[in-house]
Amino acid sequence: MHIPDGYLGPYTIVATWLIMIPIWVYSARRLGRELRSRQVPLLALSAAFSFVIMMFNVPIPGGSTGHAVGGAIIGIVLGPWAAVISISVALVLQALMFGDGGITAIAANCFNMAVLMPFSAYYVYTIVSGSSDVTSGRRTIAAAIAGYISLTLAAAMTGFMFGIQPLLHKDAAGYPLYMPYGLNVALPAMIIEHALGFSFLEAIVTALIFAYIQRADPSLLAHGKPSRA
Amino acid sequence: MDKTLKKMVIALAVLTVLVPLGLFATGETFGEWGAEEIKEKLGYVPHGIESLGSLWSAPIPDYSFPGVESFTGSALAYIASAIIGVVICAGLLYLIGKKLTSGRSD
Repeated sequence: MHIPDGYLGPYTIVATWLIMIPIWVYSARRLGRELRSRQVPLLALSAAFSFVIMMFNVPIPGGSTGHAVGGAIIGIVLGPWAAVISISVALVLQALMFGDGGITAIAANCFNMAVLMPFSAYYVYTIVSGSSDVTSGRRTIAAAIAGYISLTLAAAMTGFMFGIQPLLHKDAAGYPLYMPYGLNVALPAMIIEHALGFSFLEAIVTALIFAYIQRADPSLLAHGKPSRA
Repeated sequence: MDKTLKKMVIALAVLTVLVPLGLFATGETFGEWGAEEIKEKLGYVPHGIESLGSLWSAPIPDYSFPGVESFTGSALAYIASAIIGVVICAGLLYLIGKKLTSGRSD
């Protein structure tokens, strides 16, 4: 899901940076207001965890490989604003140091994996959890569903960004300048391989970590509210 | 360090050493093809991908050390990359977090 350099044209690049810069600034301010000192080690671990989990490529039938992101569990436990900063740090490091994801596409990749993913996970988790107890099985299931839906959404948005490129940029002879496959190919490709494969992995990873925290220290789960002043 | 946190650190350390498992998946990833792969698919390489594809020279491209071909070598490079990633990510966010919460006791 890491979009490389050269796949997105200038319109999408500029638009995603214009969207991401204020989100980063605002997230940093929210984090500064809301972060508790006891959450600091968890915040540090979350970025490292996201970095490492993305290195576990798994194959799915059809010859494609992909990975979980860890974006859902981070959004649920630390809250979506903290997750924006945490996952963005991992993604920027991947791009700069390891060439995983393009540098022009940093904003696009951060939007998909560090914003869309933790926010959608957080809201799905909150809605499915309802007023259930923090240690309830219903919340474990809510976490799994949040993992599944959030990665699928991030993949869909990546597919959308890919798919609009041939509409936006063609050379004089009508050949695409950037990502050559349109929405009819890119969107289903990204959605199907995640919805039938990698999103289940994200669901399992999210539920396992969530269930562990529920048993080990449920007080960690009480502080993820984005509205906390 | 409290017990839960300690266990999480251990789990992360275990994951870090196990990353070479991720190298066994050798298929392609949609939208992350190199120029040659695209040429095979389409018969040509779109201009943007050709000109921007190598815009950035990462120090450790694809989590591997250039010239190291053996599986053991790749696995060690992959683990080293994971360690670098963990140390920088965790270190940076720890510093940011400490700075943001300085003076707080919760």
